[in-house]
Order: sequence, then structure tokens, then C-alpha cells
Amino acid sequence: MTDAEFLLWVRGPAFNIALFIMLAGIVVRFMEILLMGRKTNLAEARGSEMAGGLNTIWRRTLPDADTFRRSGFTIIAGNVFHIGLFVVIFLFVPHILVFERLFGVSWAGLPSNIVDATTVVTIVALLAVLVHRVKDPVLRMLSNFSDYLAWLVTILPLITGWLAFNRVGLSGSTLIGLHILSVELLMVLFPFTKLSHAFTLVLARWYNGAIAGYKGVQS
Amino acid sequence: MSGAAFARGYNALKEQIDAPIAAFLSSCVHCGMCAEACLFFTETGDPQYTPIRKVEPLRRVWEQEYTFWGKLSKALGLSKPLTDQDLTDWETLVYDSCTLCGRCSMVCPVGNDIAYMIRKTREGMAAAGHAPEGLIGATQRAITIGSPMGVKLPALQAQIRHTEKEFDLKIPVDVEGTDYLCMLSSMEIMNFPEYIGSIARIFKQADVSWTLSSEAFEATNSGIQIGVSDIAAQLVQRIVDAAEKLKVKAVISPECGHAYMAIRWEGPNLVGKRFGFKVVHILEVLDELRAQGRLKVADRETRKLTYHDPCQIGRRGGVLEQPRNLINMVAENFVEMPEAGKMNWCCGAGGGVSTNERADALRLKTFARKKSQLDAVNPDALVSACSNCRIHLEEGLEEYHMDIPLLSLTETIADHLSDT
Ligand code: SF4
Ligand code: SF4
Repeated sequence: MTDAEFLLWVRGPAFNIALFIMLAGIVVRFMEILLMGRKTNLAEARGSEMAGGLNTIWRRTLPDADTFRRSGFTIIAGNVFHIGLFVVIFLFVPHILVFERLFGVSWAGLPSNIVDATTVVTIVALLAVLVHRVKDPVLRMLSNFSDYLAWLVTILPLITGWLAFNRVGLSGSTLIGLHILSVELLMVLFPFTKLSHAFTLVLARWYNGAIAGYKGVQS
Repeated sequence: MSGAAFARGYNALKEQIDAPIAAFLSSCVHCGMCAEACLFFTETGDPQYTPIRKVEPLRRVWEQEYTFWGKLSKALGLSKPLTDQDLTDWETLVYDSCTLCGRCSMVCPVGNDIAYMIRKTREGMAAAGHAPEGLIGATQRAITIGSPMGVKLPALQAQIRHTEKEFDLKIPVDVEGTDYLCMLSSMEIMNFPEYIGSIARIFKQADVSWTLSSEAFEATNSGIQIGVSDIAAQLVQRIVDAAEKLKVKAVISPECGHAYMAIRWEGPNLVGKRFGFKVVHILEVLDELRAQGRLKVADRETRKLTYHDPCQIGRRGGVLEQPRNLINMVAENFVEMPEAGKMNWCCGAGGGVSTNERADALRLKTFARKKSQLDAVNPDALVSACSNCRIHLEEGLEEYHMDIPLLSLTETIADHLSDT
């Protein structure tokens, strides 16, 4: 396979397969949750499930002061790489062009040098998160193969993307091809690893808030 | 343990899993933040006490039974099935090191209600025969005798007679058609009988129509703490029967937080039907009387008071403002401990931990959290509203050589009412 053929393949058939697996996977995971159902609560309500659920969906993004004091590193590093990922994925102009081709909508991006710097910050944050995971006794105990796999497939597109943008090492088209391939790997694993929290979290927060809201409790 | 018991436990775990649990388990990112929210971790530094780890048996069942990958790897023989040994290994984590306080559920960034899942995990543990001795004993006594501490009607009647003589008033028993049926906890009958006198005095002054029942006076529910829903339902049904027989408008939960959780929030779901009467916590009743101006205060407490929020009343029960309104009514100098209110730290003895002697040392160790909260405000007295918290707090204060008197909120109010 030549460079050009490789690029053609990752952009075409491989991308379509990855996209299909990702979307189908998301549907499957949502169904797996929703089909479990939930019993009607027979206790007399003191508040609203919906209000509690919606409130917790956004409120849980902001930790309370004591939690921040106790888990500062996790919260800061976590926020940095999440915001970094958002900027890199959605505000890089070439990415926006891909979204436009796929969904027909586009939006304004950020200058490339800012995205480039954000990429470096995000990579550093992810490395810090990994060191923390290996060193901290609680995290080490909780972690399994899937946690490290999820970490790897998240950082790979950042690294390959940065290399491709800065033309380090291999030819431009090979680097782009590798970058797209690493994104496809991420897409395929996205619904089936803990990365699925990106979409199931809405349900988790809603249920937590709804259970509390029904009782008229703040969550 | 027999294979049949394990199969029962496995099925019980399987049956517990609902959409919220599936959403929670799908969302956990293994960030470890729940550990820092749990007093069993903060006071021991032992990672095994990380809240989400306590639901591992439930998680394994969910993964293998209800997820695509789990089912696939089970079919291919790639995953390790849950064994009875796993349940044995998890017994102390599920029962001894969790008070179901729900603090972890407030902190998890993806929104997992971990306490909800630990409560459900107990259903499987109990069905598989892995519940602690102390809780099994308490549950058996609750069913056969009518109270987890083995308190029988004559003991209550003796307390009633004693109280009637002491305060020269009448305590209504089995009176039909009153507004309220007042429930108690055994601890209130045996350890803190002043509670009955306090209620009687307050209700007399405020002219409340109420009664006790000779057929159902115990409101705590060890069936819930151990995780056996049928027994829990049976205990709730007794209260429902008494309330219906006496045709009361509402049932008052005693101070005890887990009792409130049991009848107010779990009760109708356990017996499978909506109640025809209301369930209110005693603090809700008292605060309503206060708001209506029916409580006349004679003198106010001048000592510096602080309040310990029982988890099931505050964070899990939603009764947070009422105790504060009431304390401010009778006290001039009320101070809040750091993190009081919905993020308050558990005393360390709820969720059946106090009934489980095996957990005694751990329970007292976790009291260090309460100590540091208390040290921050240095109160002259500590007020709380749960007899279970109270017994443990007293023990903890003694263990840590802290000379702080402990007051029940209801009794404090009764003591400051005018006689007219
Ligand atoms: S409910 Fe309370 S005691 Fe139980 S794991 Fe959560 S924080 Fe710890
Ligand atoms: S805080 Fe929530 S997401 Fe983090 S490890 Fe605990 S349960 Fe999982």
C-alpha cells in the first residue's frame, strides 16, 4: 500500500466502519441502560424528579469547596484535559471542515497556533493523570487494563495530530493517515470502554438528581 | 456456604439492577474521588474502603449479565465468574465499612449514587448468607419480638407510666381518629425514654391530637439495613396496619434517621402500595408547630450549640432547615460545624454498622472525622436528632476524651417550653 492508498483507505472505508461501530455502539449502550427500566416510586413525592435531575446534570460539573480541597489535582487535571480535548476536537479549523462534510454544519474555529499549544497542554495533563493513576494507591487499586487502554486511545490522536501538524518525522500524508487511524481506534473503543461516560454521564447524573429531587433533597 | 445460597444471592443481585444502576456502572471513570468523600477512607487511608469498590460484586453481575461485552466474554469463557468466595471477601466492605450515609453520592463527578448501589448489593449478600451476625440477630428479634433490641410492649408501658407520673400528664395509647400516630425507636424506649416525655409535653402545649400504638411502636427497620426486602416489608406493614386501624392522618417518624428513611421513602415501595396517610419526621412536625406559633418558649439556651445532621434525615431525607429553625428558636448561640448540612460527615454508626459488633473498632476510628469537625467550632454542647447517632456519638466523645454534652433536639425544645 502506498502512502496515497493508505490515506485514501483510512479516510474512506475505514472511517465509515469506525463511524458505524461508534454510533451503533452508542445506541447499544443507551439501550442496555434504558431497557433495564425502573420501578415507579410509590412514596409521596416532596419535590420534582425532573427539576432535580436537570439540576444535577449541570451542577455536578462544579465541585463543592471541600471536595475541591481534597481532590484538587484530579479536578484540575481532569478539567484541563477535558477542555483541551474539546478545543482540539471541535475548534481546529481542519476538523470543522470534516464535521461540515459529515453533518453539513460548521462554526468558527481558533487560530492553529492556539490549538497547537492546547494540544501540548492536553498531552501534558494526560501524562500527569497517568502518573497519578499509577502512583496513587486508590487509583492504582481501581485501575484495570481497560483504564490504561482508554488512556492510550485518547492520547494517541493528540500525539499523532500534533506530529502531523508540525510535520515531524514521516511524510505529511503518512502522518495524517496515522492520525486518522488513531482517531478511528478511539471511535471504535469509545462506546465500549469507560470513555462511554461522555454520553452515559447524562443519564447517571439525571438519575442521581431525580432520586434526590423526588425526596426534595439537594444533590 | 452452599451452592444454593450462592445462586440465591447471585439472582438477588441480578434482580436489583435497574436503569439507574446500569447508568452508574457504565459511567464510572475510576477517578477515585468518592474515596475522599467517605469517612472510612479518610480516617484509615485504606484504599479498599473506596466507595465504588464496595459494589464490585454488583458490578460484576451487571457486566456479565447485562452488557454486550460482558455477555460475549462470558460466552467465550474469558471472564472470571463471581464466586461465593468473592462475596465472603466483600462482606466486611459492604456491611462494616459503609453507613449508607450517601456522602460519596454527592461527590462523584459523573453522578453515581453509590450509596443506592451499596444498599442494593446488600440484598444479594444477605440472600447468599453473607450478612453479619449482629444484624441477623437484630432482624430476627425485630420479626419475632417486634423490636431489634428485643423491647416488648411491657417495657414501653412501664416507660409510659413512669413518664405520666413524672410530668403529670396522660400519654394516649391506641386512641382512634387522632391526627398523628407517633412511632418510636427501641433506643428511645430503652436508652433515652426522656424522648417520650418530651413529645408528650410539647404536644400537650401545642394541643396536638396524637397517639401511640400498642401494636406498632417500633419504627426502625433492620430488614433494610441487612438488605432483606421481604422482612423490611413485613416490618413496614405492621406500621401501616396500625395506622389504618387507628385511622390517623399521619404517622410521625421518630428522630432516628434510618427509621425515617424506612417508613417515609422505602416503606410504600416495600409493601408495594401507596400509603393512605402521610409520613412526617418529628422535626417536620415540630417546625410546623413553630411556624404556626404554637410553641411557646420560656427561656433560651445560652450555651454555644452546634448540630450534627443525621445523614438519613438531612442529606438523604431532605430535613435540613427544620432543625436549624428549631435550634435558633431555643438557643442564642448556634454555630455550624464546617461542612454541616447536606455535606455533613456521618457519625460513623448508621446503616446497621452500630448493630454489627465486628465493626466496633472501625466505627470508633472513623469518629476522628466528627472530632475534627467539632474541634473547629468547640461547642459547649452538641445537638442531634437521632438516637442511633447519639449512642455512638456518646461513645466516640468518651473514647476521644472530649467533654461535650450531647442533647436531643426534641428534648432540648421540650426543656425550654413554658409550662402554660
Ligand atoms: S455511603 Fe457513606 S459510608 Fe458508604 S461508601 Fe458512601 S461515603 Fe462511605
Ligand atoms: S467518584 Fe464516581 S466516577 Fe469516580 S471512582 Fe467513584 S464512582 Fe467512579
